[in-house]
Amino acid sequence: MEKLIISPAPHIHGGDSVSKNMRNVIIALLPALLVGLYYFGLGALVVTLTAVLASVLFEYLIQKYILKGEVTITDGSAALTGLLLGLNLPSNIPAWMVVIGALIAIGLGKMSFGGLGNNPFNPALVGRVFLLISFPVEMTTWPKPTPLTLHYIDAETAATPLSVMKMHLGELPSTLNLFIGSIGGSLGEVSAVAILIGLIYLLVTKTITWHIPVSILATVFIFTGILNGVNPDLCASPVVHLFTGGLMLGAVFMATDYVTSPMNPRGMLIYGAGIGVITVVIRLFGAYPEGVSFAILIMNAFTPLINRYIKPKRFGEKVK
Amino acid sequence: MKTFRMGGIHPKENKFSAGKKIRTAEIPKQVAIPLSHYVGSPSESVVKKGDMVKVGQMIGKANGFISANVHSSVSGKVNKIDVQLDASGYKRPAVFIDVEGDEWIETIDRSTDIKRECNLSKEEIIKKIQDAGIVGLGGATFPAHVKLSPPPGKKAEILIINAVECESYLTCDHQLMLEKGEEILVGVTIIMKALGVSKAVVGIENNKKDAIEHLTELAKSFTGIEVMPLKVRYPQGGEKQLIDAVIRRQVPSGRIPIEVGAVVQNVGTTYAIYEAVQKNKPMFERILTVTGKDAPNPGNYLVRLGVYLQNVVDQAGGVPAGTGKIVGGGPMMGRSLMNLSVPMAKGSAGVLFMKDEESVRKPIKNCIRCAKCVSVCPMGLEPYLLMTQSERNMWPEMEGNRVMDCIECGSCSYTCPSNRPLLDYIRFGKTTVGGIIRSRK
Amino acid sequence: MNVILISLITLGVVGAVSAIILFFVAKKFHVYEDPRIDQVEQALPGANCGGCGFPGCRGFADACVKADTLDGLLCPVGGNETMQKVAGILGKSAVEAVPTVAVVRCAGTCEHRPRMNEYDGVKHCFIAHNLYSGETGCSFGCLGLGDCEVACEFDAIHVNPVTKLPEVDEDKCTSCGACVKACPKLLIELRKKGPKSRRIYVACRNEDKGHITRKSCEVGCIGCGKCLKVCPHDAITITNNLAFIDDSKCKLCRKCVEVCPTNAIVELNFPPRKPKVETAEAPKEPVNA
Repeated sequence: MEKLIISPAPHIHGGDSVSKNMRNVIIALLPALLVGLYYFGLGALVVTLTAVLASVLFEYLIQKYILKGEVTITDGSAALTGLLLGLNLPSNIPAWMVVIGALIAIGLGKMSFGGLGNNPFNPALVGRVFLLISFPVEMTTWPKPTPLTLHYIDAETAATPLSVMKMHLGELPSTLNLFIGSIGGSLGEVSAVAILIGLIYLLVTKTITWHIPVSILATVFIFTGILNGVNPDLCASPVVHLFTGGLMLGAVFMATDYVTSPMNPRGMLIYGAGIGVITVVIRLFGAYPEGVSFAILIMNAFTPLINRYIKPKRFGEKVK
Repeated sequence: MKTFRMGGIHPKENKFSAGKKIRTAEIPKQVAIPLSHYVGSPSESVVKKGDMVKVGQMIGKANGFISANVHSSVSGKVNKIDVQLDASGYKRPAVFIDVEGDEWIETIDRSTDIKRECNLSKEEIIKKIQDAGIVGLGGATFPAHVKLSPPPGKKAEILIINAVECESYLTCDHQLMLEKGEEILVGVTIIMKALGVSKAVVGIENNKKDAIEHLTELAKSFTGIEVMPLKVRYPQGGEKQLIDAVIRRQVPSGRIPIEVGAVVQNVGTTYAIYEAVQKNKPMFERILTVTGKDAPNPGNYLVRLGVYLQNVVDQAGGVPAGTGKIVGGGPMMGRSLMNLSVPMAKGSAGVLFMKDEESVRKPIKNCIRCAKCVSVCPMGLEPYLLMTQSERNMWPEMEGNRVMDCIECGSCSYTCPSNRPLLDYIRFGKTTVGGIIRSRK
Repeated sequence: MNVILISLITLGVVGAVSAIILFFVAKKFHVYEDPRIDQVEQALPGANCGGCGFPGCRGFADACVKADTLDGLLCPVGGNETMQKVAGILGKSAVEAVPTVAVVRCAGTCEHRPRMNEYDGVKHCFIAHNLYSGETGCSFGCLGLGDCEVACEFDAIHVNPVTKLPEVDEDKCTSCGACVKACPKLLIELRKKGPKSRRIYVACRNEDKGHITRKSCEVGCIGCGKCLKVCPHDAITITNNLAFIDDSKCKLCRKCVEVCPTNAIVELNFPPRKPKVETAEAPKEPVNA
């Protein structure tokens, strides 16, 4: 006891850290990644690896040579952004486009606002949406799920269930296939069951709370349920809507991004409901067959407003 | 099993000194009995240099409404009345006494027999508690008699005994319950009588199963006392949290527990009340837990007020090597001590040695807005927002976001994955906003 | 061609109508402001430091224009020169104010005041002050965490990383008083700048008894009273074991500096002493001791 340390209470810390949370999300994404690798083979591997490596590299370069500050690639947030970006892309997209996506995600989506914690929009989605509007053809041509394939760019293509619905292209896949993921789509979004396993892991490790995913999925289910009851031609059954497209991946992994989602349970429910409604509206009435990315980005923009006006339930406040 | 309904954390319990028999600490050659209290104004000294005093003799008189009498903990000669540095290095008035023998004033009943009957009236009981200088031993050291005299128009319905001891490491209340269970329950009946209530609940966290069993068994011979096991959760020992856990009522912002019909007393205070009322013994000693991961001899000690912590620590085997920080109290709300030349006060509950590597804070990172601080806040506040507003000196906004509701439990700082000093800034804001509110009146 | 013409006409008409509406709205909602406020504001430094006690330079200008006399109104940044300008604009007379500068009344460097504890918390004096008295044995001294540095709008006060004490840059200090308010230990004082910036002050605020002060700091004021006795101008008072030099009475004779046993009295910007002073002082010492 040479010099005793003086500091304000509390004197202990729970041991939680940024990297721990990022690691938990990455672990929770593994089932979805494995399903993607199974159905889309080599292409899925090339796209995800490129996205992760490019994101980490860009973060390193920007922090080291442009911001000339502390390099924080070890906290895992750049790797997570890259992984999320990769999982949101078709497996037959050329690798150079993935690199551009990663640059936009990290450079524009995150670093230009001051790095982790300051970005208003989900960086992975910024990258994805940028690619979607820049390369609409490549971004909407999905390879047919073929177990353990070695095809990459020239794979046989398939329409996603949502395009099938939108363009009336023919029969929808069975609900079982929707559930396990044997459908066309971005490489990480196809399997609802894999994503649900990830969700359970996130909830058990207390990385996220249930509010956002549940409110998004419930809103979509109820909204499409009503529309389906009114006009089945316009809107497919709610189960199909729930398990297709990027909804599951978006609700569990993209919308729950810490930085860009509201900070208290009440706000989270409103945010989730907003994403659900906008998603369905874009899916049914918009120009794109899928609207989760746009819905999340739109609600990201509302997050500061929600934080400002929706306050948590205070202790002693009367329950209405 | 019940617990409070909002926020909370569960730190590692580390109760190394649990089950260790209470040992009576030796009395050193000199003591410095503090005249000031954690809250309220310091007491006024009623002795002077050269006076001979006995154990239990009053040496400081309460000064104002929120203040308490101070009694000598030793017999001997008053050396001086001077300032003494407290745990935070600021000067406080204290009475220094050179110890000679151990002679108690005659009125104190020193037998260990348990006296169950109490025929005193309400007012007599409260008077006795006030005279004995009893303050809340849970940490805030608020005078006990003030809580027992509800403001006009308010009526207590239930007495809640705080035997939660939700802080990690500390075991003084636990051990007291095991050794002085019956005395505590007699104390409960006395407080019930003083308040005029017919129901009392002793809330104990479920990690003290032996104490729960012991008291439940004893409570069978008392009417109206229920022992309630509670789920282990910090900060259950907070007054508002405990009331919520036990009777499912939430005290509104800025109000006191009597508004929902509850009065809370700490279990140590209850024992002190028993001693004061039944044995005429004023408050001049209390139990102190000396503990830590490397502590050579973690244990519970009965220590007279004014004894330097160094003396107690020496008897407990000294400061272990590699101690980086010494905390007075529990790890969540205790104060770090500058040194051990600090006299024992009524609110001292523990001395905790922290190892070098535990003592230093980890580097602060950006807020990632994970909202974990919001979800653990037991008062439903937004710590991340309050910290930002405090950094930017936005006092009116902080008041609007109810910074004054903060109970400074530290759950937010404990949880933060970015190691942000949330509570440091919130406490700063709370102090400033509190000053602004007071200046308005 | 037709399209272009129609667009031009439409836009032109819209523009013209808007201009007319704006013109009338501006007339209707015009608020009269004394043009002299603008002029005075122009003359002020424009730092918006609040040192004058008004919300920014415009607030001060407004107050100057409205006030009957300029007594008590002073821009501490601009000083007399600026006030003369303001007085010229307004046709009032400005009272000559004595220029002041911030001084730090603590000289307890790491060397003089050994650290007994280590603070590990937010680097913020106010937070540390609320928690405990400081890393050293002196509960009155500087915490060295730099609230004053943050408060200064003029980059004039900096905590020296070696001594851990703030140092004032006289050329930059405008005596606005922001650091005075920021210091929780009340260590910073605005003192008369003095001729040729020469100043003498007690660089200590320790009110402990002498022997206690001595233990915690080598250069603390122990309240011995030697300076009080030697001062020919009655400029020194001692309260609570602490000497204070009244800068309105001090004639900068430096006698107190010579007798101070702990070097707690600091002289600034004086030429170096001639060696004979030391020899003259030497025989005196045994007499005093």
